[in-house]
Amino acid sequence: MYKSWWKILGAVLVIYSTIAGFLIKTPDLPIIRESIRNLYFHVPMWFSMIVLFSTSVFHSVKYLSNSNPHDDIKAVESVNAGVIFGILGLSTGMIWARFAWGQAWSFDVKQNFAAIAILLYFAYLVLRNAIDEEQKRAKISAIYNIFAFPIMVVLLFVLPRMADSLHPGDGGNPGFNAYDLDSRMRMVFYPACLGWILIGCWIYTILYRVRTLEKDHR
Amino acid sequence: MKKITATFLMFMITMQLFAQGQGSAITDSLYASGKIYVVVACVLVILLGLLLFLFTIEKRLKKIEKKTSAKI
Repeated sequence: MYKSWWKILGAVLVIYSTIAGFLIKTPDLPIIRESIRNLYFHVPMWFSMIVLFSTSVFHSVKYLSNSNPHDDIKAVESVNAGVIFGILGLSTGMIWARFAWGQAWSFDVKQNFAAIAILLYFAYLVLRNAIDEEQKRAKISAIYNIFAFPIMVVLLFVLPRMADSLHPGDGGNPGFNAYDLDSRMRMVFYPACLGWILIGCWIYTILYRVRTLEKDHR
Repeated sequence: MKKITATFLMFMITMQLFAQGQGSAITDSLYASGKIYVVVACVLVILLGLLLFLFTIEKRLKKIEKKTSAKI
């Protein structure tokens, strides 16, 4: 957590993906045109959000088994970092949708469910603030977190596939992997995902360290 | 007379073809903007979000600093 090589790696990958994302040639797709480059910025937000939420669940399970308060702090702060990425993903998605689908919010299935998934985690944060007693708060929120995570996964990856969605890969639409994502785009897309995930983990460790300091100096 | 009508009909067919070509030309010009600024806007949103978030961390750190300096 305190080593810096992976933070530098994340920064380098994000810089590379931003520069290459703007410069490398993309397939000429009908309506989205150049905005296909948003793939390198919009999608990694969601991936890093999911990674952060999974680390949160991991620490929640750990907290329930050993009741170490530090695991509880780790769980909260990774949710905090994940929610930031979720909001960023939602807002970049709205901008992209405005120009690709015509409306910022066209009540697309995946859009709705993504918003609900973020609201689930807002509820987690609100729930924590509602309980004063520390151990009780940690336990109840850990259990809530364990329930919220699979619901989030179902909302984002299972239900949109069963309904008609404008997103690629859902409701019979071919995913990007089918033919849109050619090998050149992959060269940028995968580093972008890894880079943003690393940046997300970095943000989470910073939040965790600040929170432990807050706890020590209360 | 037959020849004239035949040529007229043929003209009609070609006109239709032209019309189709023009239609696609119009849609082409409508979508000709590369929409690269959509990407720029999204990158800006991400940057602004992360910068705002930096300010919130700053706030939390300032509080801790105040408390520690009060203790000393």
